Amino acid sequence: MPDSARPAGLSRELIALRVAQELREGMVVNLGIGLPTLVSNFLPPGEEVIFQGENGVLGYTGISEEEFDPDVINAGGQPITLGPGASFFDSAVSFAMIRGGHIDVAVLGGLEVSEKGDLANWYLPERGGGSIGGAMDLACGAERLIIAMSHTNREDGPRIRKECEFPLTAPGVVDLIVTDLAVIDVEPEGLLLREVAPGVSPEDVQARTEPRLRLSPDLREMQL
Amino acid sequence: MIDKIVETPDEALRDVQDGATIMFGGFVSAGTPSNLILALQRRGTKRITGIANNIGLGDKLDVLCEKRQLAKFIATFAIRASGGRQSMFEELYRRGEVELELVPQGTFVERIRSGGAGLGGVLTRTGLGTMVEDGKQTVSVEGTEYLLEKPLHADFAFIKAWKADRMGNLVYRRAGRNFNPIMATAADIVIAEVEQVVDVEELDPERIGTPGVYVDRVVQCEPVAVRWDA
Repeated sequence: MPDSARPAGLSRELIALRVAQELREGMVVNLGIGLPTLVSNFLPPGEEVIFQGENGVLGYTGISEEEFDPDVINAGGQPITLGPGASFFDSAVSFAMIRGGHIDVAVLGGLEVSEKGDLANWYLPERGGGSIGGAMDLACGAERLIIAMSHTNREDGPRIRKECEFPLTAPGVVDLIVTDLAVIDVEPEGLLLREVAPGVSPEDVQARTEPRLRLSPDLREMQL
Repeated sequence: MIDKIVETPDEALRDVQDGATIMFGGFVSAGTPSNLILALQRRGTKRITGIANNIGLGDKLDVLCEKRQLAKFIATFAIRASGGRQSMFEELYRRGEVELELVPQGTFVERIRSGGAGLGGVLTRTGLGTMVEDGKQTVSVEGTEYLLEKPLHADFAFIKAWKADRMGNLVYRRAGRNFNPIMATAADIVIAEVEQVVDVEELDPERIGTPGVYVDRVVQCEPVAVRWDA
């Protein structure tokens, strides 16, 4: 645990906003349960991004406030609104999309990420359990995998590790990590610190990250 | 005249025996055969092996834990890593009173598809390098390593659709489709709970989600809606 007090870092909403900046017109995107579902609220205005729910829906636009319809939900069980050109399909078609490389970006939560891009996000040993859902398929099948998570655990210990201690979701799959403190690229040479949150120094980030971070020549503060 | 319509859910389940393996369609609140699940609870069938995407998440399957009807469950989502709520299934699992086989969701649906299509299993990269790989065979195809995942088949499939006719043709509604049409192919006896039974000329052949050949019994029920948010 680092000696210095932990910087405040970004709220969950601002992490989601920063992830949304990675999305572009025409991309097909799957958002995992929890923090990632907030990303649909922060799309660049006017850009058509196509959200996929692994329960069998393509082209939902956000969470619905209307009367609950049990058959119109995303993979988190939340009621959704549908955009123009939306479609429904069965689970085999849905996972052919995911496993066949037809999803451009998956955004998932994380418990731990290693410097080699290993992801652990399904099993919490201290609770003696967890569930897989679509996480392993999305981690293996998406063209680009973004992990959105808190930089540290409840004890301020690092979640970005040399090796994951928790059981893996998939090895060597993470491309980008967005946390409340930093934006970090996972590269073959290791982790590259690209951005820090406002008021957070590269030293603050390194003190809460187990492996050594390389600093990007373009290292900058996040533009939120 | 072919007529697969059955009057009540209880009659539809007339030959479900103790020890049966049963698939349940549905994904959380969508396309879940809740009336058939409640009839299974009333029937009191024991030592069931259940196969469903999820249990304890707005799916009514948790009621099968009240009188310990489940021996084993095969699912993709059953135990939460976080959150305060705990299902009855989670309680039984933590006490070691029910067995659980967790399967990645894409592998889950492809194993069922294999079981229904007469295939010997599927090769996938999902699960390689994780606990899912334990005890399974790997196969190399043109230099790429895959995990061999074996087919799933059941004695019964309980599924939910929107509309049906007396031939057993089914039409699904919105995200209510999910695992239902796949499970309809992979069980000896397929029982469909539907919201409406319509005249046999009424369904557009282009819109049939499950052709009647897969379906043995159809029962019309008022839908039971259970909301659950992650």
